[in-house]
Amino acid sequence: MTQILFKNINMKDLHTMKVYEEQGGYQSLKKAFDQKPDEIIDAVKASGLRGRGGAGFPTGLKWSFLAKDVFPRYLCCNADESEPGTCKDRELLLKNPHMLIEGMILCSYACRIETGYIYMRGEFHDLSFIMDKAIEEAHAKGYLGKNIMGTGFNLEIYTHLGAGAYICGEESALLNSLEGGRGEPRMKPPFPAVEGLYAKPTVINNVETLCVVPYIVNEGAEKYASLGTEKSKGTKLVSVSGHVKKPGNYEVVMGTSTREIIYDLAGGIRDDNELKAFIPGGSSVPMLPASQVDVGYDYESLAAAGTMLGSGALIVIDNKANIVETTLRLISFYMHESCGKCTPCREGTRWLHQIVERILQHKGQLEYVNKLEDICDNMAFKTFCPLADACVSPVMSSIKHFRSEYEEYFKNTPVGSV
Amino acid sequence: MSGFTFSEKQEEEIAGILAKYPFKKSAMLPLLTLVQRAERVISPEAMVAISQKLDCSPAYVQSVLSFYTMYHTEKVGRYMILFCINISCQLNGCDKLLEYTADKLDIEVGGTTADEKFTLHREECLADCTNAPMMRINDTYYGDLTEQRIDQILDSLD
Repeated sequence: MTQILFKNINMKDLHTMKVYEEQGGYQSLKKAFDQKPDEIIDAVKASGLRGRGGAGFPTGLKWSFLAKDVFPRYLCCNADESEPGTCKDRELLLKNPHMLIEGMILCSYACRIETGYIYMRGEFHDLSFIMDKAIEEAHAKGYLGKNIMGTGFNLEIYTHLGAGAYICGEESALLNSLEGGRGEPRMKPPFPAVEGLYAKPTVINNVETLCVVPYIVNEGAEKYASLGTEKSKGTKLVSVSGHVKKPGNYEVVMGTSTREIIYDLAGGIRDDNELKAFIPGGSSVPMLPASQVDVGYDYESLAAAGTMLGSGALIVIDNKANIVETTLRLISFYMHESCGKCTPCREGTRWLHQIVERILQHKGQLEYVNKLEDICDNMAFKTFCPLADACVSPVMSSIKHFRSEYEEYFKNTPVGSV
Repeated sequence: MSGFTFSEKQEEEIAGILAKYPFKKSAMLPLLTLVQRAERVISPEAMVAISQKLDCSPAYVQSVLSFYTMYHTEKVGRYMILFCINISCQLNGCDKLLEYTADKLDIEVGGTTADEKFTLHREECLADCTNAPMMRINDTYYGDLTEQRIDQILDSLD
């Protein structure tokens, strides 16, 4: 199986400059500096690389949207990995920090950026030490700082820690947080490419996305684009968790069947239970029932199945689990993490929570399910950022595929009795 | 208001932090983190000291810190236990383990032991789902938890 990001991931001391360079690290810089910045952007466009943080926006296109001739520009690497089920960036930051730095240098050169920040979630404090050390090593080698490798190109990269707010993974909330404020999302437009950090043109990319760029520069866009499906190119890191025998992060070529990921890579369902449902892309995407396990793991196939690839967190749920309880746990998460700026999200998450909690206490009635759908309808796509939509996903999909599990709770409760 | 001063070493650290950003205010979270880690609490006096470093009002500092869960206006224990209760951990039985931990420490979830050694908090996803159930104590992640392993971990901390 083709491994790009995880090729040497478990090699001893890969996080050090010495070992990383022995494995061919930083070779892409010279190749890149022999080209014009726009040629790098064109290559990333041609590679078909799409953002790996959740939205799947074409990376090269994002870079090309930067407001013309406005400087300084900034790069923000989104390392606020907080989507429930997702832990791939943590593994990259922990074991291969130089790969991210190399990717950030390439992106900065291509976009003529001289300052980059790595916004890490506050709980990754341990990783910030590793990252800072790697940045120091890159400085000592002359890969960062002034006049990098005699090209006249300057770049500084800094780590910046958040402090425990899921919403800061949303790009405009991340910018507000990095500017020293509350992590509330901004109205868009203007998009960050035009007015981002400090109201300057800003590129925001996920850790995994930036880590792919050295491969594209080294091996060529064509080679990367030869992997995967027609519209979903390359490989994807998948965090497989839940009721599987071998939970872990796996790198798969786009389009691999979900069955293969769950049963071959992750060893199948634990304790000889059966698969009941799976959430393919982190808690913010709709869950699917076991009958759809053959769906291809790529943006289009998952969209056709009514869900999304998201951040690549495959959460596996077996037949012993209670879907209503699991759904409540996710609602509870979004209720806790709603920043409170938009009413449909602030109030809606709380209402959903109250209703599902009542259902679980056998205090609900059949109309409650319709009420849940009604509230969801009033939350989706009615807010500044997608947090409300994310909360709607598990609720609506659990009702769609497992309505009978909700109805179980009303069996002994006559209509109008509560 | 007086009563909070940064140490010489902290002043040096702060100078390094401020140098990272073109605008002082960006140092808000780093400074709050610095105080939280050193003091285990952010007092009103510390908010004033931070506001002076960043040329903003103490009220603004308070408004920002109240947004984030990692800052505390009541002192937390020497060991901050963040116990993940989100989906992957839930599917792997974290609820019983959290209860077990609270019973073992003889505190409510959210509370601090009388000797200020441990604070136990329920926490949303900590991005270590493949090692669920898991918890974070100060800067260290502990995965694949069982009752025995929790005993070992907590007993090993002094």
